[in-house]
Amino acid sequence: MLTKEDIAKRIAREIKDGYYVNLGIGIPTLVANYIPTGVDVILQSENGLLGMGPFPFEGEEDADLINAGKQTITMLPGSAVFDSAMSFGMIRAKKVNLTILGAMEVSENGDIANWKIPGKMVKGMGGAMDLVASADNIIVAMQHVNKAGESKLLPACTLPLTGVKCVKKIVTELAVLDVLPEGGFKLLERAPGVSVEEIKAATAGKLIIEGEIPEMVF
Amino acid sequence: MNKVVNGADEAIHDIKDGMTLMLGGFGMCGLPEKCIAALVKKGTKNLTCISNNAGVDDFGIGLMLKQRQVKKMISSYVGENAEFERQLLSGELEVELIPQGTLATRCMAAGYGMPAIFTPAGIGTEVAIGKEVRNFNGKDYLMEMAFEADFAIVKAWKGDRLGNLVYRATARNFNAVMAMAGKITIAEVEELVEPGELDPDHIHTPGIYVHRIFQGENYEKRIEQRTVRKKQ
Repeated sequence: MLTKEDIAKRIAREIKDGYYVNLGIGIPTLVANYIPTGVDVILQSENGLLGMGPFPFEGEEDADLINAGKQTITMLPGSAVFDSAMSFGMIRAKKVNLTILGAMEVSENGDIANWKIPGKMVKGMGGAMDLVASADNIIVAMQHVNKAGESKLLPACTLPLTGVKCVKKIVTELAVLDVLPEGGFKLLERAPGVSVEEIKAATAGKLIIEGEIPEMVF
Repeated sequence: MNKVVNGADEAIHDIKDGMTLMLGGFGMCGLPEKCIAALVKKGTKNLTCISNNAGVDDFGIGLMLKQRQVKKMISSYVGENAEFERQLLSGELEVELIPQGTLATRCMAAGYGMPAIFTPAGIGTEVAIGKEVRNFNGKDYLMEMAFEADFAIVKAWKGDRLGNLVYRATARNFNAVMAMAGKITIAEVEELVEPGELDPDHIHTPGIYVHRIFQGENYEKRIEQRTVRKKQ
């Protein structure tokens, strides 16, 4: 079973040289730590920055410089700052090559729910609905099952949707899966030591298994 | 032409109960903290506030919420505020949550003189309920209306007495789009300079959009999530 760091590490392998990437809050943020050397990417923060760098050194925090998670950050050389309308303009216009975000549920046709649990305090969707509605290349980083042991990969989402037919790939602690355009989770890789049977048991939606499923390589 | 007013109290003096305000900032970053403090002091009530977030309990719009000055919040994300949650659950506060890009672009549309925009954000979700959907080139888009706000209140880094504004780093965020969108726009700045001191090529908000400007003193500029790394 993968740790959160392992999930981030595996997703980092999906990032190609020259990509502009938007990382959501949680596991997606960790992906920045594992981008392979030689792969040149520019991170977009939807509050209005291209070229997000690491956290500042102690004492160098700048209240005017934060990411979309409201954490203090730095700007790398070559950064560009813009307003919120332009930020979502470049997202809507598909200039951002890859979006990585978390989810509470994903359905076998690629619907995603990640913003609202009825009956619980609703904090809002932030930029998630804009991102999933526009991005062509969306990878979800999530746990395969919830705390109650129920699958989060479902025939249909039960929670209010964030977007429809948009998720392309999912990386969980158990597996890497593609969401096929015609519907279904296609199993691509197993986490080290995890059997196909375990993945089957943890997947409520339609799981497509063809041939031998290799173990993940980092 | 001189748009300079004598501080936040004068800038907001004619904001009345029941009005709709836009408030710039993303979290605490780029927050018009002097005007918010003046509104808290004035006690204006039944306000509709359009702002990406709702502040924290003891800073930002949270201060206005504490005094029950806000009737309705229009935001994209409202976490980190216990009083907000209490008022929402008790039904004292009305809240409209909308996607962040839609929020920004509805401001932009107002500043560009366009009545509506079309965005894919929210298609197939509860955000789309009751809204017109149009299909362009095989993809569905929601029609979202430009905002109408009596006042837009923004914070910039520098400005001149003609209202030209320059923001700093990610404190630009919603400030630059809201500045264009108010019937009356109030700008508070860290540094008020003479016309000519700002390079015309580097102006982010042209002064035509700004009606009142003043220099605030002793900005607190609070940090919401202080994240750092150790020096090697």
